[in-house]
Amino acid sequence: MSLREQYIALMTILRKEVRRYLRIWTQTLLPSAITMSLYFVIFGTLIGSRIGDMGGFTYMQFVVPGLIMMAIVTNSYSNVVSSFFGSKFNNSIEELLVSPTPNYIILMGHVLGGVSRGLLVAVIVTGVSLFFTDLTIHNLSLVVLVVLMTSVLFALAGFINAVFANSFDDISIVPTFVLTPLIYLGGVFYSMDLLPEFWANVSKLNPLVYVVNAFRYGVLGVSDVSLPFALGMIGFFTVLAYGYSMYLLNTGTRLRQ
Amino acid sequence: MIPALKIENLSKVYGNDFEALKGISLEVEQGDFFALLGPNGAGKSTTIGIVCSLVSKSGGSVHVHGVDIDEDFPAAKKFIGIVPQEFNFNQFEKTFDILVNQGGYYGLPNALARERAEKYLKALGLWDKRDTQSRMLSGGMKRRLMIARALVHEPKLLILDEPTAGVDIEMRRSMWDFLQTINAQGTTIILTTHYLEEAEALCRNIAIINHGNIVENTSIRDLLKQLHKEVFILDTVEVLPETIDIAGFKSQRTDDHSLEVEVEKGQHINDVFTALDSQGIHISSMRNRTNRLEEMFVNLVESAA
Repeated sequence: MSLREQYIALMTILRKEVRRYLRIWTQTLLPSAITMSLYFVIFGTLIGSRIGDMGGFTYMQFVVPGLIMMAIVTNSYSNVVSSFFGSKFNNSIEELLVSPTPNYIILMGHVLGGVSRGLLVAVIVTGVSLFFTDLTIHNLSLVVLVVLMTSVLFALAGFINAVFANSFDDISIVPTFVLTPLIYLGGVFYSMDLLPEFWANVSKLNPLVYVVNAFRYGVLGVSDVSLPFALGMIGFFTVLAYGYSMYLLNTGTRLRQ
Repeated sequence: MIPALKIENLSKVYGNDFEALKGISLEVEQGDFFALLGPNGAGKSTTIGIVCSLVSKSGGSVHVHGVDIDEDFPAAKKFIGIVPQEFNFNQFEKTFDILVNQGGYYGLPNALARERAEKYLKALGLWDKRDTQSRMLSGGMKRRLMIARALVHEPKLLILDEPTAGVDIEMRRSMWDFLQTINAQGTTIILTTHYLEEAEALCRNIAIINHGNIVENTSIRDLLKQLHKEVFILDTVEVLPETIDIAGFKSQRTDDHSLEVEVEKGQHINDVFTALDSQGIHISSMRNRTNRLEEMFVNLVESAA
């Protein structure tokens, strides 16, 4: 395929992905807006007012970056895992597999679909947060970089989950039993300084800690971990996930017989 | 001329050690209408799956219009349009979008993909269903949708795996007409089917596959010449006598107006008519007891078992 043809194939996959989540926006976009509004009301306003400052900011200001990042992570992941597994389940993935579209375009198209949904939800959640607090951005380019890297990483993770999933149960196990606990324990609601030394060290094994802190640094200018190290870890996991996804596609694991 | 499809020594062993293909070789000329027949589990779908990349081969080679799939599979895929046995489109997408997306996967610019989608939806009688979600279509419409989708990039080789399964007779005939038209326009067609009258009506050449081996690969005309005998059912105007004798032929009265006659290779059915005429019996109509190809197919498959 020429580069132009590959670009057309990429845009076709992306357009299909965007149409899919816009068509079912009540399942894909609305829940994040509602859930995050509840988080803002309960943790930010009701409970947060009794917690007081954290890291030099009001509790509401402290949790907003983490909650936005939580929405990006879950939406990037969910979009790819449900869309790609759905295509596997109804065999429509064969439309792509029999076509000359290269594997990396197939992967990129689905990842971009997940990223676009992550970004759209981030904009929605950020908009909702403005009803509860003022948001100033410490470093806009860092915010954009972290958002893009994170959504790509978790879109790739969703892809890997979809490849191995055999049933719809399998696509909810990882988000429920792995992703959600990692997010909650990744410093969305608290600073690592509050943890005993042992648990603070254990937390450093959680990749979400780096994601949340890098983003929080971009928004507030504070972080529990070193920023270059956090960016390095996100980049490392992204390269790893991309390499493994391509390996799965090139070997046809769970896709070709 | 370069063959549309050339398969050499193709083998496939699945993970459970099942040997689905045992080194088959096959050649399909450009412009041919080719039937690939075989009982269930014989290796037809495995062969098709390898050609269109859904199954990875264990050995051998496949060339599509001269392109080796091991060297440049994407280039080979551009020549192929595939109509699988099972419905494999997103049931929630509109028929028009399914075709336009497929065009995009083959690198067709959006305007051209839309133009082609319109052309083939109209050709297959689905244009008024263009905004309908595919799950709302009838079984026959879904089959036609898969044919339209396979044609959107205008492949030189169209492979259809059981395209008329579950389709009513009228629809089947109209699909036959359509396939014959595009074959006449130069598209090579490979067809697997369980309806042997379909293969006999449409195809010029045939390969029969059984237990992962090609047991016959010839023209349908030559294959039918191998038939050693045919059984005809003759319908008579007059009521038949209780016993009837046609010299040199095995015959059996099945009811008052029907007679089954075996005609072996080298015998002439005219002799049957003459013998019956001399006994004052006139024939109003005549037909084969079974489809001739079906008889041949059963013989070949049973002898290879």
